[in-house]
Amino acid sequence: MTDSHHISRRDFIKLATIVGGGVIGTIIGIPGLVYLLDPALKSEQGETWISLGPLENFEIGKPTLVTFVRSRVNGWEKTSSSYGVFVLRKSETDVVVFSNLCTHLHCRVNWVEEKRAFVCPCHDAAFDIDGNVLGGPPPRPLDRYEGEHAKIEDGVIKILFKEG
Amino acid sequence: MWRKLYQWLEERLGLSDLYKSLLDRPEPKGNWWNTLGSASLFLFLMQGLTGIFLTVYYTPSPDHAYDSIQYIMTGVRFGWLIRGIHHWGASLMVLVVFIHMLRVFVTASYKYPRELTWLVGVGLLLLTLGMGFTGYLLPWNQKSYWATTVGTAIAGTAPFIGEFIMKALRGGSDLSALTLSRFFAAHIWILPGLLAALIGVHLYLIIKHGESAFPDKDD
Repeated sequence: MTDSHHISRRDFIKLATIVGGGVIGTIIGIPGLVYLLDPALKSEQGETWISLGPLENFEIGKPTLVTFVRSRVNGWEKTSSSYGVFVLRKSETDVVVFSNLCTHLHCRVNWVEEKRAFVCPCHDAAFDIDGNVLGGPPPRPLDRYEGEHAKIEDGVIKILFKEG
Repeated sequence: MWRKLYQWLEERLGLSDLYKSLLDRPEPKGNWWNTLGSASLFLFLMQGLTGIFLTVYYTPSPDHAYDSIQYIMTGVRFGWLIRGIHHWGASLMVLVVFIHMLRVFVTASYKYPRELTWLVGVGLLLLTLGMGFTGYLLPWNQKSYWATTVGTAIAGTAPFIGEFIMKALRGGSDLSALTLSRFFAAHIWILPGLLAALIGVHLYLIIKHGESAFPDKDD
């Protein structure tokens, strides 16, 4: 070895091992991190328009339950859930769509014609035909699909349903 | 500051002694064939790491094993890379461990005082093969299912205790969910635990005796 070498063979090997190991570690390490965090980095499925049927299917002044099933894929597992909404046709063109989930603990409410009320089987909560609370524990009226979350297109009622 | 911290740790941990005996120990003149032990160790660590990563998504049940691997390959970013490394690393590890054994045999490195190192190494080779055998079933596809059927049936041909061994391996007389979950347990807990313990002994013996010099004409 001559004096012109500023780094000894030994130190060079050490340095090369550290640098090479670091580069390889980073090349493998970053994909590894992405792999682990992948589900958190993915955006969940968005919204879909659900068609509830043509306007003339619904009797004026009587809330009608419409159910639909949505399936969701989580990883390799597909789950189907059924959902329900009450469609109330107030007049020829005026329609209100309520969620059938009680605002207390998300039990499903039923329309009881004799009482003219939505009644929740869990804690006897009651809502009037406009979804306002008549009695029981619910903190707020029934949720509605309104504004940009509902539309009538070619005579068919549609709601914008959020997945998840 | 760093110097003081290093000094503090050094006094208590003896890091430089550790470094000297692990990485700075004297070596006889050798060649690239002498690096296969280290290569085996590296592959073991790599398999351990990628294996742990795979368990994040893999599910050892007949209903989900195949689908969860499909998901790793197509649904998870870099899943193909992690599983690819684990898949090819497994074959490579068997190969490297085997060639390492051949090198030790050819250079007569198994002789006094290293007989125990050799014996432990035989255990390590068998455990490596066991890892390959148990890991092969986990994808739960046709190939792995029938390979395990045949493999366990071969164990069943042993005289007298064959059927018992086969039932113990399969967790019953047929391949079932029980087979998959016990192969999984063996693959991620039992065999790696034994491997790690024996690797510890193997390394201790290597550091204690140092590496053997190649025999010369007088030997």
